[in-house]
Parts: sequence; C-alpha cells; structure tokens
Amino acid sequence: MGIEQKAANLGVVTTTLEQVVNWSRTNAMWPMLFGLACCAIEMMAAEGATYDMSRFGMELMRASPRQSDLMIVAGRVSRKMAPVLRNLYDQMPDPKWVIALGDCAACGGVFNNYAVMQGVDELVPVDVYISGCPPRPEALLHGVITLHEKVKKEKLTTWK
Amino acid sequence: MANGVYEMMRGLWQTFRSAWTKPVTIQYPEVKRQVSKRYRGRHALKRYANGLEKCIGCSLCAAACPADAIFVEASEQTDENRYSPGERYASTYEINYLRCIFCGLCEDACPTEAIVLEDNYELSFETRESAIYTKDMLLDAVSAPNQPTPRKVKPGSFNRSVPEMKDPVD
Repeated sequence: MGIEQKAANLGVVTTTLEQVVNWSRTNAMWPMLFGLACCAIEMMAAEGATYDMSRFGMELMRASPRQSDLMIVAGRVSRKMAPVLRNLYDQMPDPKWVIALGDCAACGGVFNNYAVMQGVDELVPVDVYISGCPPRPEALLHGVITLHEKVKKEKLTTWK
Repeated sequence: MANGVYEMMRGLWQTFRSAWTKPVTIQYPEVKRQVSKRYRGRHALKRYANGLEKCIGCSLCAAACPADAIFVEASEQTDENRYSPGERYASTYEINYLRCIFCGLCEDACPTEAIVLEDNYELSFETRESAIYTKDMLLDAVSAPNQPTPRKVKPGSFNRSVPEMKDPVD
C-alpha cells in the first residue's frame, strides 16, 4: 500500500515517543478544503479514486481550518485573497504545515504582476514547494511524501 | 412497500458487485503510471554522440521562456578546452523549477536541440534555493567513453556551432 506499511516496519512498540508522535502525525494529516485556481483541479484528482490520497491518511478534506493540519495552497494567491489566506492559517491549530502547490503558489509563476502574490511564503511559512504548472497528482503525492519525511525528522524540542 | 425493498436490494446488489471489481487506484510511490510520449517534465541538456555538449550558450531558451525560469551565461572556448562545437559554450546554465511552467518553448527555440523536456515530474523542494537546478544537475552523463568535457581537440575540427540541417524544409 502506501506509506503506512513502510511506517509500520519501524516497529512502533519499541520506538521512542518522538517517532510515535511523528508517525501518527504523518498518518492523519488532514488537509483543508481550500482550492484557489487550476492546481485545485489536480488536488481533486489526487483525492479521487485513481490516486487516492486516503492511502496517506488524507481522505478527509476538512472544510473548517480549525479541524485541519495541512494547508495546500493550490493556485495563485491574489492580493485580495492574501489576508483571507493568512486568516485561515491563523485559525488552524498547531501543529500545522503548508504545501505550496504549483509555481504560482511557490513564487508567482508566470503571473509577474501587481495583482498576484509573488510566492505564498510572503504570508505563511511554507514547508514544501511543488513544481509544475499545474503539477500532476503524482507530483502532489510526491510533495506529501517529502513533507512526511520532513515531519518524521522533527525533534521533540521543536514541537508545537 | 415491495417496490421500495426491490429498489433497496438493487442498490445493495450494485454495492456487493463492485466490491469484487479490481480497484482502479494506482499505488503511486511503488507503481508509477506511464506518462505520455509527449509529456513535458524536467529538462535535460543533451550531448552529441562524440560527447560534446549540444548547448552553445546562445540564450534563445532564456529569451523564449515566458516565466523567466532559465538563466544562461556563455563563455568563450578554445580547441584546448572544448565543451561544445563553435566559439562559445554555456558556462552557467540554471533553471528555476519553481518558475518553470513546462511549456516546452525552450525546446522549440533551441537551435541545436540541446534542451529536451523529459518525463520526470517528481519535483518537490523544502527550500526555494534547492529548486534551482544547475548545469551539472541538468547535463546528461557522457555517452561516449573517455570523452568528457572540456577536452583537447584537433584545431579547426569543430568550428560550426549549429549542425547542418539534414532536411532544410523540416
């Protein structure tokens, strides 16, 4: 299956608290139901049956930021949307992560103009940037795996 | 009443039947779907059969790029230190994968067919700096044995930077 079987090989019983918590965080990371532009279409495809993000414990797209752990910024962020995005991020409970999906969310992409934020990292701290315009659903899954690897490396001292 | 039960059983039968069908899910990290032949993924800088780089540092790809993702810096070369045919070669070649939109205009613009978009789509980064791919990362491995670049060649043997067209109509 997906990453859960590989994680099970760690031997949960004998592992440390750090590993248990990081493992549980990676296996139930609920994304927020939040799409901004064309990358959201690919995000929907990744949630669909063919790619099935529920293999990574992400089948629940929470419509409320208070119930979500992961914000996938799918698409370009216009300057008018920027305060909304920041507000949504502030409403998410810790621990929280952000994926910038696609070129526009990562650095503005082709939209080098006054109306679009040149990178969502001006607003929120981004953990993983995914390249592509828009990225394939597989690329999003690859980004999710990259994020899981990052979360697994988190130390007790840096937990929120 | 009987009609309602029938309709419910019909629905349950559908559920029961689909439980035995093959799942459509592709188990992504283990099983990878074949991309189309025309798929445009990560770039590669190609070499000639003799091991020389095809890229001559003309910056036409950078000029064609709608997202300003490509940065090329050309330098002069001699027959003592030859990288590519012609007078110049690309001393710096960088593509920012957080800007690249994989449109393929660089591929169309290239006069020597040096840059080709291949089928790797697994590009995710933890920092923006790591998204900038340098020439070492993009350039293909040397295909010809013991013919790395730069190398010493016979003077005057690689004066033409763009190869002659086999079919000028094409």
